[in-house]
Amino acid sequence: MAAPDIVMYEEEFNQIKGIISKLRTDANAKVVFLVDKNGQQIAAHGDIENLDTTSLASLTAGNVAATDGLARLIGEKEFSILFHEGEKDNIHISIVAQRVILVVIFDERSSLGLVRLRVKKASQELGDVFGRIMSKVEREKAAAGAAFESPFAEITDEDIDSLFSE
Amino acid sequence: MTFINYASREINCKIVYYGPGLCGKTTNLQYIYDKTNPNAKGKLISLATETDRTLFFDFLPLELGTVRGFRTRFHLYTVPGQVFYDASRKLILKGVDGVIFVADSQVERMDANVESVENLQANLKTQGYDMNTIPFVLQLNKRDLPNVAPVDEMKQLLMRRDQPVFEAVASKGPGVFETLKGVAKLVLQELTKSS
Repeated sequence: MAAPDIVMYEEEFNQIKGIISKLRTDANAKVVFLVDKNGQQIAAHGDIENLDTTSLASLTAGNVAATDGLARLIGEKEFSILFHEGEKDNIHISIVAQRVILVVIFDERSSLGLVRLRVKKASQELGDVFGRIMSKVEREKAAAGAAFESPFAEITDEDIDSLFSE
Repeated sequence: MTFINYASREINCKIVYYGPGLCGKTTNLQYIYDKTNPNAKGKLISLATETDRTLFFDFLPLELGTVRGFRTRFHLYTVPGQVFYDASRKLILKGVDGVIFVADSQVERMDANVESVENLQANLKTQGYDMNTIPFVLQLNKRDLPNVAPVDEMKQLLMRRDQPVFEAVASKGPGVFETLKGVAKLVLQELTKSS
């Protein structure tokens, strides 16, 4: 496999939720959410009731992937910040710890400068949390060694078949 | 790269439909979208040209139910089939958990099928995957057309290993869910081995 699976634990999940909720308040943003580079939503906070966050996550990741491709074509490693300006709402996208995408949606109640400032601080904190998650995964795998028992080891063919029985 | 969230008890997997232009990848997704219970699906997103050719990808999130207390979510993607969109195809393969190769059964499309399967093999490799180990199924689509190649011949041309093969007519439905189920099974089986 190209990269290890992402595993999210309760403790770190709560820390992440805390950081993005604080970021939303500090930056005066409407929505803050975190997406994995493959398009899986990790956490979201704010006015998300009327927002299709699943689609947003997948399109953001597509957008970042395409922009990464552009960066490499002109000899850059990545463009770490993307900004889309709309009539009312704007989207600020940044890469955290080279693997997750932090998205902030804001309107005229905030400003690009404020968002950039607050995102910078939150990115560092998020980077630390993801560092801890990765080392935790490594540690658990190493500790368990070859006998590492996944909670999914017990999945049977019947379990899978029942997913499709409608 | 499966994303397992212990906090919300979810498993998220990414499935990619690959194949030559006009083989029916988007049609597969469209059929799944049309036939799925509204509670179990999200929006079908198509980034397509004005003539409905896929430009970047189509995306459909599906929720299949729970396995061992975990909700399983499948994110289905298609790639643009046209040869010159190769850069986009590479991007979409990032983090893939399972691949469905959709082959066009019409005799005159055999060269395009072979070219595309070779392209898949190369692009998987650049993303660090091995076609021999990744969950992978083959769908022979458009079996209802008059000028189709025999199944055995297509298998010989397109099989790269002993993967499951499904015959389908994506526009009408036969084989569509069987194919998806086939790859989902392999992806979940992979979880039992490696996570």
